Amino acid sequence: MVSGHVGCAGCGAAIAMRFFLQALGNQAIMVMPACCWSIIAGSYPMSSLRIPLIHTAFETGGAVASGVRAALDMKGDTQTTVVTWAGDGGTFDIGFQALSGAVERNEDFIYVCYDNEAYMNTGVQRSSSTPYGAWTTTTPGREWKRMRKKNIVEALVAHRIPYAATASIAYPQDLMAKVAKAKAIKGSRFLHIFASCPTGWRIPSELSVKIARMAVQTNIFPLYEVENGVKYTINLSPKGYLVREYFKLQGRFKHLSDQDLSEIQNMVNEDWNLLLRKAGLPQVQGEHM
Amino acid sequence: MKQVLEGSHAVAEAVRLAKVQVISAYPITPQTHIVERLSDYCADGTIKARFLRVESEHSALAVMIGAASTGMRTFTATSSQGLALMHELLHWSSGARLPIVMAEVNRALAPGWNIWADQTDSLSQRDTGWIQLYCETGQEVLDTTLLAFRLAEAVNLPVMVVLDAFFLSHTYEPVDIPSQAQVDEFLPPIIPRIQLDPANPCALNQLSPPNIYMEMRYQIHLVMQAALSELEKFEGDFERIFGRRYGAVEPFLCQDAEIILVTSGTITSTSRQFVLDQRAQGEKIGVLKVKLFRPFPVEAVRGYLKNARKVGVIDRNFSFGAGGIFAQEVRAALYGLARRPPVFGFIAGLGGRDVTLESLGEILTRLKTLKRPDPESIWIGLQEVQLAGPKS
Repeated sequence: MVSGHVGCAGCGAAIAMRFFLQALGNQAIMVMPACCWSIIAGSYPMSSLRIPLIHTAFETGGAVASGVRAALDMKGDTQTTVVTWAGDGGTFDIGFQALSGAVERNEDFIYVCYDNEAYMNTGVQRSSSTPYGAWTTTTPGREWKRMRKKNIVEALVAHRIPYAATASIAYPQDLMAKVAKAKAIKGSRFLHIFASCPTGWRIPSELSVKIARMAVQTNIFPLYEVENGVKYTINLSPKGYLVREYFKLQGRFKHLSDQDLSEIQNMVNEDWNLLLRKAGLPQVQGEHM
Repeated sequence: MKQVLEGSHAVAEAVRLAKVQVISAYPITPQTHIVERLSDYCADGTIKARFLRVESEHSALAVMIGAASTGMRTFTATSSQGLALMHELLHWSSGARLPIVMAEVNRALAPGWNIWADQTDSLSQRDTGWIQLYCETGQEVLDTTLLAFRLAEAVNLPVMVVLDAFFLSHTYEPVDIPSQAQVDEFLPPIIPRIQLDPANPCALNQLSPPNIYMEMRYQIHLVMQAALSELEKFEGDFERIFGRRYGAVEPFLCQDAEIILVTSGTITSTSRQFVLDQRAQGEKIGVLKVKLFRPFPVEAVRGYLKNARKVGVIDRNFSFGAGGIFAQEVRAALYGLARRPPVFGFIAGLGGRDVTLESLGEILTRLKTLKRPDPESIWIGLQEVQLAGPKS
C-alpha cells in the first residue's frame, strides 16, 4: 500500500489494509466487491495498492475469488494467495450467499471482512452488522436499530472452515500474527477485522483507534480464533470497560437511555459467557465481568 | 466422426474440443444435460479443467469473471431464470471485456412455471453487451460453440450460444464431431489481453469517472461492430477446415421470393419444409434465418429483404408493450431504406407451444390477405382469452 489513498481522516479500513498487507506481502491477488475500499483504492488510472486488484460486483466476493483461485490452480501457481477484501455489507448481507458457497467448497483463499458496522460508502445505512442500539440514516430517531448484530464469525465457524478469527486495528501485532497464520493454512480462511469509521460513528477522527481498543476491552468485539470449526482460542481477556463508557464517546449511540445501556450490557455479558463456554473457560459474573 | 447426439451433448463435445480451462455452473432444466456431461468429462480426465459447482447462477458467472480475468478460457451454461439472475454480471462481463462463452437454453420465464422453449429470456438480455448466436440444429450448436470461443477471444467480448429448450437441447440428431487436430488448427490456445498477475500488478474495473466512462463504452461499441466482420472471417477459416458455413443470416430460397418469413432457432427447420411445400404449389416464398442477433446484421438483413413484397417475422418471444423482439429489430434495420417491404409481426410458440406447418399456413394466409401491417403483433393459434384489463 502506498500513500495517496482517498479514505476519510482516521479511516479504520485504511489502517486495516496497511497492517494486513504488511503481514501478507505482495504475492497476492485481491478481489474487492463494492465497499468503501472500492473508492479508497483510487480511481482510474491510479491505485494505492501494489498488488493486482479486481473490483467486482457487490455480492460476488466469494465467487470471483473462487474463479481467480481456479485459474491459478490451472497455471500451477501455488505461491500466490487469493484474498477477498469486503466490507460488512458485502459480507454479512448481500455477499453472504457467495461467501457461504465458497467456504462450503473450502476454496483456498483468505476472506477478509473489514467491519465498520453499516453501509458507510453510501452514507451510513444500517446493515446486519450494525449493533443493537445504533443510529444510522435508515434507523433514525426513535427507530434506532433494535436487532442484534449478526454473529458472522459463528456463521463461518458453522461451515467448519480451517480458520476463522477476529482482529482489530487497535491490536496490530495480534492482527498481523493472524494474517501470517492464515497465510500458512490451506483452504478457506476468514478474518473479521473491526475497523472504526469516524464519519459514520460520529466520533472525532483521532479517536478511531481508541474506540476500536475499547470495543475489545468491553467484550463487544472479543479477539479470538477458531480452528476447524471446533478449537476456540480467546486471544485477549480484557480488564474491562463498561459498555456505557464505549457508547458515550460515539454520536451514533447518544439517544440511548440508562435502561437501554443496561440491557445492552446484559447482552454483551451473555455473548461473552457464550464464547467462554465454547473456549472451555469458566463463566464470569458481575457488571464488569 | 458422425454420432447421434443430443443438442446438449453437442455443446459438451465442443467444450471438450475447445480445451476449456475453467467451468462453473448451477443446474436448471433444460440445461442440465450439458453440465452433467461436462462433469463426467472433468471427473474422468477427458477435459483437464477445474469445474466449480457453485450455489447459484449468479456465482457461476462471477466465477467466470474471476477466472477469465486471470487469463483462462471459460465456459458456463444456463437457461431462463438462471440467465435472469445473472443479469447484473452479464453487463459486468462485457464491461470488463471478458471472452466468456455461455450456452443458453431458451426457456420460458415464470410465472407460471414453464420449462419449455421461449426466447424472451435471452432476448431480454439484448442490451448487456453479449454477442448472441441462435442455433437451429445439433451440428450448428457444436460448430457455433467452437466459433464462439474464437470470436470471443478475438474481440474480447462474451458470447452466448443460444439453443431452444427440448426442440434442440434434448433432440437427438446425427452430428459430425471433428477431430482434436482439426479443432486445434481452428482454435489456438487463448492469449489473454490482460490478466491479474502479481508480477505486473494493476487494478481492474475500478472507479471510472465521467471523463473516461463514455470512451470505455464507445470502445465496446466499436468491437461489437467489429464482431460482424470477425465472424465472417472465422467462418471462412471454419469452412476451410470443417467444410461447413452458416453466416450471420442464412437465406433459404429468398432470391425471387415475394414473401419472406424471418425466423430464428428451430422454427426455421419447420419453415424450410413449409417453404418447399408452398413452392411446390407455386408460392414465391422464402425464409431468412437470423443467427446473429447481437451485433444485429443490419446490412445482411436489408440485402435479403429489400426486394420482397411482404416480410413476416415469427417471434417465439414477446416484449410487453412493444411486440415481438426480432420484428422490432427487423423494422429498425429496414427503416433507413428508401424502398422497403412492409413487416408483419407474428407471435407463435410461446412457452413451448408447437409451431406446426398449420401455424405457418395461418401466417401465410394472413400475410396474403393483410394489406398493411398493424403495429400490433398477430398472435397465432391463440385460444379465446377473457380480457383481464384495468378496473375503471
